[in-house]
Amino acid sequence: MAREGGQQHKSKGKSAQEEQTVDTTDTDAMAERKERLDDDVDAILDDIDEVLESNAEEFVRGFVQKGGQ
Amino acid sequence: MTVRRIMGTETEFGISVLGTPSANPMLTSSQVVNAYAAMGARSRRARWDFEEENPLRDARGFDLSRTLADPSQLTDEDIGLANLILTNGARLYVDHAHPEYSTPECTNPRDIVLWDKAGDTIVVTAAMAVSIPNQNPIVLYKNNTDNKGASYGSHENYLMRRSTPFPDIVRHITPFFVSRQVVCGAGRVGIGQDGSTAGFQLSQRSDFFEVEVGLETTLKRPIVNTRDEPHADPEKYRRLHVIIGDANLAEISTFLKVGTTSLVLAMIEDRVLGPDLAVDSPVKELHQVSHDPTLEHLVTLKDGRKMTALELQTAYLELARAYVEDRVGSDVDDQTREVLDRWESVLRRLADDPLTCRRELDWVAKLSLLESYRDRDGLEWDDPKLHLVDLQYADLRPEKGLFQRLVARGSIDRLVSAEEVTRAVTEPPEDTRAYFRGRCLAQYADQIAAASWDSVIFDLPGRDSLQRVPTIEPSRGTRQHVGALLDRCETAEELFAAITS
Repeated sequence: MAREGGQQHKSKGKSAQEEQTVDTTDTDAMAERKERLDDDVDAILDDIDEVLESNAEEFVRGFVQKGGQ
Repeated sequence: MTVRRIMGTETEFGISVLGTPSANPMLTSSQVVNAYAAMGARSRRARWDFEEENPLRDARGFDLSRTLADPSQLTDEDIGLANLILTNGARLYVDHAHPEYSTPECTNPRDIVLWDKAGDTIVVTAAMAVSIPNQNPIVLYKNNTDNKGASYGSHENYLMRRSTPFPDIVRHITPFFVSRQVVCGAGRVGIGQDGSTAGFQLSQRSDFFEVEVGLETTLKRPIVNTRDEPHADPEKYRRLHVIIGDANLAEISTFLKVGTTSLVLAMIEDRVLGPDLAVDSPVKELHQVSHDPTLEHLVTLKDGRKMTALELQTAYLELARAYVEDRVGSDVDDQTREVLDRWESVLRRLADDPLTCRRELDWVAKLSLLESYRDRDGLEWDDPKLHLVDLQYADLRPEKGLFQRLVARGSIDRLVSAEEVTRAVTEPPEDTRAYFRGRCLAQYADQIAAASWDSVIFDLPGRDSLQRVPTIEPSRGTRQHVGALLDRCETAEELFAAITS
């Protein structure tokens, strides 16, 4: 169940007033930026896919630590 | 009026043996530390001087002639005792079933970044050097939880004036600690101590903090730790032992973590913090700030005001700007200016679009990766793959660690060069007592029986007893003070004669 998970890439204004000032120009600029980021993201994921451990569930389950300070 | 002060960090690393969850972590941690000792190939290993428990007069019980045939082959009596003092002035040892690296004493945030990074290099080099028949490779993680209920620490230490009343520190640093995770959190998949609730949060550590002030570090962890052990003249200094931070990989996260904290402590010491930002329920708010990566959660102050963590941080930033301007104006030193500028920059962009900080801050870099996987593969927050990305982000192996991969492909901004880090693996900072300790270890290893933060203990030919050189003042023993002396003295006897004459 997804909580308040930071899933949205949109501008996160601190107050309601700021939220409302986001107009279409900003939205266009953001779409352009998002496209540029997406290309980069694809390249990053390709890199990461190559090194990510294959058996995620088992690998994560096997990471057990003793408590420390 | 500066970010500069004597400070250091300590990191307990997560440790596992690939495919062997049942491996004994005390044993494997000792293997790591002993492997690093073996790489130094010294005939003698200086012991850590536990002055409190072992005053010098009893120190003759040390096993001075001990030689290590193969230090990576651990004997039972070594379990939990592996303990090295390095030529860069740092300490590498086993603590609570984790390998731990303590940086040498540094005077500024950039040097903390440098010697902290050197520590990452040291431990990963050591782990890769462990070679035990029929044992799989050891992997180290720079994180703070196994997501099954266990946490291990990454501490900061700040030397402060003894004259500063402790209640002042608690009062003013608590709201700062509740909110600074928006800048220096390392990011975590899973909510709650065991991570069983699905979601992403800012901090590795926050869920493990249960009280506001206290002495404990392993249970009922407090936001402000009261351990009073200055490792320096206690009349003059206290050491603020900060246990609430995350282990950071991103250099700018580390730089801002120690830089902004040092600056706030300077304001507390100079008693310039008038407006009270006291938080109503600090422990609850600490958790809630961490649990809201949209950064919109409103923290309730004791006076009834409600502010986001970003607004709290901005309040401290503005106080710091005014304080620095008032005290030094345009004479501000470079690092103080850089801390203020970077702090302001990330706070502004975090409020606007956090993802613009993904080249700088750990939690944003991690969240960016996680969101990319969620978008591409349609994953929910409880998906094991996202937990794996969280865990493997902290894997220190250059070829496997996700943070390491991001750095290698130029996706993370750096503050120090690889060459500087390589040098800091063996060389101490030049402007604290770590310089004296490190150079003594480099030059006279065979004549050093033990050392600690506040002493170097020599075992000199022709003398029955060990000779203890106290280093109680952290700002002495610098290159400026003792560099020429150390250059001149070829032997430990010469050095000791020169010091005591």
